[in-house]
Amino acid sequence: MSPLGRRPARLLAYAVLTAGALAWLAPFAWMALGSFKTQDEIFADPPTWWPHSPTSGNFTRWFTELHFGTFFTNSLIVAVLTVLGNLLFCSMVGYALAKMDFAGKRILLGVVLVTIMVPGVVTFVPLFVIVAKLGILNTYGALVLPFLTQPVGVFLMRQFMLDIPDSLLEAARIDGASELRIFTRVVLPLCGPALATLGILTFLGSWNNFLWPLVAGQSESMYTLPVALSLYSTGQYATDYGTLLSGAVLIITPILALFVALQRYFVQGIATVGLK
Amino acid sequence: MPKATLSTSPRRARASSGDVPARRAAGANSARRRRQTLVAWLFAAPFVLIFAAFMVLPIAGSIGFSFTDLTAGDIQTPFNVNVVGFQQYADVLADPEFQHAAGVTAVFVLVGIPATVALALALALALNSGIRRFRPIYRLAFYAPVVTSVVAVSVIWRYILARDGLLNMALAAVGIQGPDWLNSTTWALPSLILMAVWRNTGTLMVIFLAGLQSVPPDVMEAAAMDGAGRWRRLRSVTLPLLRPTMLLGGVLISVGYLQFFEESFVMTQGGPLDSTLSMTYYTFNTFGFGDFAKASAASYLMFVVIAVVSVVQFRLLRRST
Repeated sequence: MSPLGRRPARLLAYAVLTAGALAWLAPFAWMALGSFKTQDEIFADPPTWWPHSPTSGNFTRWFTELHFGTFFTNSLIVAVLTVLGNLLFCSMVGYALAKMDFAGKRILLGVVLVTIMVPGVVTFVPLFVIVAKLGILNTYGALVLPFLTQPVGVFLMRQFMLDIPDSLLEAARIDGASELRIFTRVVLPLCGPALATLGILTFLGSWNNFLWPLVAGQSESMYTLPVALSLYSTGQYATDYGTLLSGAVLIITPILALFVALQRYFVQGIATVGLK
Repeated sequence: MPKATLSTSPRRARASSGDVPARRAAGANSARRRRQTLVAWLFAAPFVLIFAAFMVLPIAGSIGFSFTDLTAGDIQTPFNVNVVGFQQYADVLADPEFQHAAGVTAVFVLVGIPATVALALALALALNSGIRRFRPIYRLAFYAPVVTSVVAVSVIWRYILARDGLLNMALAAVGIQGPDWLNSTTWALPSLILMAVWRNTGTLMVIFLAGLQSVPPDVMEAAAMDGAGRWRRLRSVTLPLLRPTMLLGGVLISVGYLQFFEESFVMTQGGPLDSTLSMTYYTFNTFGFGDFAKASAASYLMFVVIAVVSVVQFRLLRRST
């Protein structure tokens, strides 16, 4: 495109992008600065950019009064189990759908495709009843089981596996390898990029998930980070912005760090399947 | 883009082998197919079990509940409830609060999506205009909000939009007295839309950028050769070529916009005076009151809207691949 670009246009692009990027990042910067301010300074008029008397008190409150460890552990356990489940189960069924010929295949694929877009708001009421009936409300089971697989993950893995040449699988079959062995030794090693995308998207979705953890994990010992922050922000800490902003920092930082490190996969993944 | 191909390759392979030796091998083939059916369903079993229990059953349950008078008190005896036909749907549709929530959601979607599309398009065009320096940094900046928790960013925006928050202090510096954004029935919803645009522009920017990079350079060169200026090329070549991508992007994020909830929950609790009460929030509240059947009916009405949007999306996808 460069032969078509002229200098003034390029300068305009730089100006727009720089101003926009600064505006886009400003809320994060304001959050980070605010999280180190005392309650008095947070709404000081005129505002202070840099904290006058920086304090880590907002953060220590999360670790002393507010059981941050519990919420973080809950979020992490739920996310890791959800990711592992999706990587394994979605790729297994994806393999069957991509590379095997079997009775009922078209129906299975059809059901998967139809349910890709079913949003959480449609299923959470009956899901609550089912989980309550199983007696697992307020357990990791309630937070993890419903998300162990997702139709969009199946679709992603199947699409990727369609491109694996059949000749590779045939060669392994002729060598007498079982389907399980072909799956674990031939197919999965070739699926690195798809597994990375699925893993990252699933982790992101789980870490930021809100409606279901809010409904299914109602005791404080089962709060995930977003649930804890939302309830504090509407409850007893509603005006304690030091606590709320440091909480936001604690939720956002791990994901942003992961994003910066693995930017390529995030962007590819979200551009491929969209965000729910 | 996910390819919406539904063709099953083994079927094609079998159709092409219709000659005599193949037919003789058919007996062996059908035995092999039976075995493969068993193996395939074993591979699918974990997914099928979880999917049936936590997806198919709830979807069916959602329909089922919506025709009953199930409440929170009936959980222990779910078969003890009465079937009331379409009564819940009639109640929901006649509920002024639901009508109001539908209106709020419609404004959120119909204002938020065009704004997001327009902004994302401008950014994608700027990023694609031949600049080289800082591109990864720009992309990182605009994309960062996409990966963050809505709850966390809602807390930040509540702080920025407070009566004596950052935005109003900035406005005061130029002599404007800003409103109390989130406590104003006029400004609360636009504030939430602003935040949604901020959070979702990165998604569409990436999609549009991919679309722009697939505009064939020779078409652009031909247009330039014919004397078309920069704006003319943008209007007559780039934008028409990008239209399917723009439509697709808009539909893609509309499913999320239709379900907006966390923003209101954290920033306004649906207020002031229900001015930010979305359809999901209405469903959540109805559920919270223990009126499970009515909540199911409300969520099913939302599902119908989202299903229509999804069908449109599949149509668009198929056309664009």
